[in-house]
Amino acid sequence: MSYLLRRIGFYLFTAWAAITINFFIPRAIPGDPVQSMVNRAQGQIDSNAIHSLYVLFGMDTDQSIFSQYFEYLGQLLRGDLGLSFTFFPTPVSEVLGDSLPWTIALVGLTTIVSFVLGTGLGVLVGWRRGGWADLVLPVTTFLSSIPYFWLGLIAITLFAGDGGAFPSSGGYDPGVTPSFTWDFISSAVLHSVLPAVTILITSMSGWIMSMRNMMVTVSQEDYITVAHAKGLSERRVMVSYAARNALLPNVSGFAMSLGLIVGGTLLMEIVFSYPGVGYELFQALGAKDYPLMQGIFLVITLSVLVANLLADVAYLALDPRTRREG
Amino acid sequence: MSEPVLEIKNLSVDYGMGPDAVQAVRDVSLTLHRGEVLGLAGESGSGKSTLAYGMTRLLPPPGVVSGGEVVYHPQDGAPVDILGLNRPQLRKLRWSEISIVFQGAMNSLNPVHKVVTQLCDVIKAHDKRSTPASRRARAAELMKLVGINTDRLDSYPHQLSGGMRQRVMIAMALALEPSVVIMDEPTTALDVVMQRQILTQLAELRERLGFAVLFITHDLSLLVELSDRIAIMYGGRIVEEANARQLYREPLHPYSLGLLKSFPALRGERRELTGIPGSPPDLRAMPSGCAFHPRCPRAFEPCADRDPVLAAPEDKTRSVACWLHVPGAGRTAENSTSSTTARS
Ligand SMILES: Nc1ncnc2c1ncn2[C@@H]1O[C@H](COP(=O)(O)OP(=O)(O)O)[C@@H](O)[C@H]1O
Ligand SMILES: [Mg+2]
Repeated sequence: MSYLLRRIGFYLFTAWAAITINFFIPRAIPGDPVQSMVNRAQGQIDSNAIHSLYVLFGMDTDQSIFSQYFEYLGQLLRGDLGLSFTFFPTPVSEVLGDSLPWTIALVGLTTIVSFVLGTGLGVLVGWRRGGWADLVLPVTTFLSSIPYFWLGLIAITLFAGDGGAFPSSGGYDPGVTPSFTWDFISSAVLHSVLPAVTILITSMSGWIMSMRNMMVTVSQEDYITVAHAKGLSERRVMVSYAARNALLPNVSGFAMSLGLIVGGTLLMEIVFSYPGVGYELFQALGAKDYPLMQGIFLVITLSVLVANLLADVAYLALDPRTRREG
Repeated sequence: MSEPVLEIKNLSVDYGMGPDAVQAVRDVSLTLHRGEVLGLAGESGSGKSTLAYGMTRLLPPPGVVSGGEVVYHPQDGAPVDILGLNRPQLRKLRWSEISIVFQGAMNSLNPVHKVVTQLCDVIKAHDKRSTPASRRARAAELMKLVGINTDRLDSYPHQLSGGMRQRVMIAMALALEPSVVIMDEPTTALDVVMQRQILTQLAELRERLGFAVLFITHDLSLLVELSDRIAIMYGGRIVEEANARQLYREPLHPYSLGLLKSFPALRGERRELTGIPGSPPDLRAMPSGCAFHPRCPRAFEPCADRDPVLAAPEDKTRSVACWLHVPGAGRTAENSTSSTTARS
């Protein structure tokens, strides 16, 4: 337990460091968001209004950097991430609230399916070498070597557009409103098929490969020979002895990839104009929308940290050798 | 001598296929009798483990059994050739009739499962009617049998000492009361005190439960104390077989004598330790004639040309594959036979 507490302490420290860096970086970058907004308004904003804009964005030049910093921390604790420039005056937290569910639902589910399928295939491929299993790896490796951008465009050309079965962009039909209705849900599912399948294709071979390699390594262990000598069924040896041990590195990899759900799918969301966080980040970058960028980076950082913690917990749960006491 | 329980007949094992194959076990025949301890000794690399894996069909690739039979005689019922069994039959026979304690006993336990789980899963696999409670009770009984406190049942392997782990493996080997236990260097990784304790315990258990043991080690002195009979292996072949006393008092093969002089006896008079000069043969380039002749201090005329067969010398209770003991094999054969009875 003390191990876990130490890890949590470390993650809290990292989170603090990330938040602090997150505060300073936009202020260190040349280019002033308020000024660019003023420029866009072409002189129609008077100097009072300009000052209140600075205050609104938490960049009050009259305040010292330290009081800005503490104010920023206080806002964060209240869940206040400031106002977005692009969607002014919508708060960043609200903008994120609109896009996060899309990313988490689509990429989250896909990541889980990819892990489960890939690991399962990896177990089989690593266990019975020879036969059809030997074809799985070259095929999936080939597929995963296609740049995602290409794969996405190919998928759109083949399956979307004129006469295609699937829509090529967006998260749902513009005609329906997001709600718990059949129309909306079926539309959302239809829109998610191409993004999900393309992510699966590119991400699954990683799981297959690492699981296969671990299975090959583990199946040379003495305890596997013992399990065979004990007359256990092939299935039991494969699952409870070989796969159970081979799984350990993959599980921490899985926890890590959960942390990357939020930030790791920028490309997919751009290719499919999917209304998720990645697409939003893309827009924020284009518009120099610092509060939104900060908000997104914060969410990404925190989810990576939470994923690391999950990996630690998973390892503790799965590998008795990491549980030191006793 | 009692009836045979396991007969190895002309077993050969190769690593690899076709022209690249090397033969690690050559035409080995051995008989294990009910309740006896048969020792198998030989330098490291002589093919002992390969024989053990081959006869139990546990050879890792690229190992293949290229010939021979392994006949198991059940307590009641007809003899079966293990090499000819189908998968389900083989699974059924494994552990319930023949169990194994491996060389790498340190790694023989699955690190992610508790000891009790690993003791119980084998009972469950072979006795479908057992209940979780009955299995746990049996596991506790087994732990007591090898002198481990039953509160260790819920330990993970890494929480046990090396000696304890090895005892757990012995307990596990006895779980289904098999007729044959094969032990491949079961104590090699342990210190001498622990080795002593475990061997004493093993002897007691064998006395009590009556299983037969094929005990494999590179340490011949250990076998002398432990076994009823001893077979000596060199370059994948059995070169001498005799009962333990005979072999200790009067080794016929110069290699056996060399082995005896390589390890300090655990008990009894001291021998001068000299070891055997040279190194074990390369399987890819086996010497012509007797495989031992390049290292043999007493090699003579026929040794480099012709391979001696394993045969009984004067009396019928033992056998040896050495030209020294083939009457009229060479001019010097007759007078050297008498001097091989080299006592220390
Ligand atoms: N997987 C393998 N591939 C090729 N040769 C092997 C393999 N395993 C063992 N051998 C060879 O078989 C011979 C016998 O090895 P082994 O049975 O382990 O001997 P021992 O148990 O007596 O030390 C050795 O010469 C070894 O090099
Ligand atoms: Mg060995």
